[in-house]
Amino acid sequence: MSVPFFVSVLISGALFGFGLSYATMIQPEVVLSFLRFDDFGLLWVLGSASLTTMVTYQLLPRLIRKPLFDKSFREHAASLDRNTLVGAAIFGIGWGISGVCPGPALAGLGVGNWPMLFTLAGIFAGAYVQGRMMKS
Amino acid sequence: MPEFDLLFPLGITHYLIGGLFIGFAVSFLFATTGLVGGMSTFFTSTWSFVSNWKYFNREAFVSSRNWRIVYASGLVLGALIWMLTVGEVFVTTISWWQLTLGGFIAGFGARLSNGCTSGHGICGMASFQLPSFLAVLIFLTTAIITAQLMQKLGGLS
Repeated sequence: MSVPFFVSVLISGALFGFGLSYATMIQPEVVLSFLRFDDFGLLWVLGSASLTTMVTYQLLPRLIRKPLFDKSFREHAASLDRNTLVGAAIFGIGWGISGVCPGPALAGLGVGNWPMLFTLAGIFAGAYVQGRMMKS
Repeated sequence: MPEFDLLFPLGITHYLIGGLFIGFAVSFLFATTGLVGGMSTFFTSTWSFVSNWKYFNREAFVSSRNWRIVYASGLVLGALIWMLTVGEVFVTTISWWQLTLGGFIAGFGARLSNGCTSGHGICGMASFQLPSFLAVLIFLTTAIITAQLMQKLGGLS
């Protein structure tokens, strides 16, 4: 990993963590208030984040041939199969129980939200079990 | 607008600005490195450091495990910067068993689905991936049902 590459990834992560905190998404209570229809604000977070990203993903590869510090642009490759859909349903159940998804679980540590260690242990364990169920 | 206040009792400014930061973060990652910044793969690729299991040592995980750790550390750092500048310490009151169980189920599901709120929700929808749109609809639905059932059953915070 070159230094500019490393610094870019770190800055991206930091902006992400700052944004999650600013949007109060690091508070599971706020996420649960959305899921219980008390406050629909989460839709603005998801909307503004994905629309900004949409503009970048669609326009940038047409403007420049390659990213600044690497050879090519990657693509998010999702396949329309059973695992994608069943996995999403299971993910939602877990998210609905705790109010925490992977990003805020990590970012929460930065604001002193130490109980996120429980969630992080849970996510690592869940990912481990999922991986062990795959043969290769 | 009273209806608007009812839907968004805390206002929308912080939601909107926070979301723009997140969008800018994923855009910046793409512009500089070409990488797609989902979060959940980190929880699988990191296992490749300690497990010999074939799946964890797939090329896709081993080749991305380093930057994913940097990215995850960045998240903690960014939240820390927020706390030290405009924010404050926050500690949740959600019970430890809800956090652990919810984390386990969400971790399993996100990895089976190959994406979570960031991978499918932001990156997938932004690249017009039909499976990601469907995944978002599905996980929003099951999350809403689960959260409302939990509230009805136990009134858990």
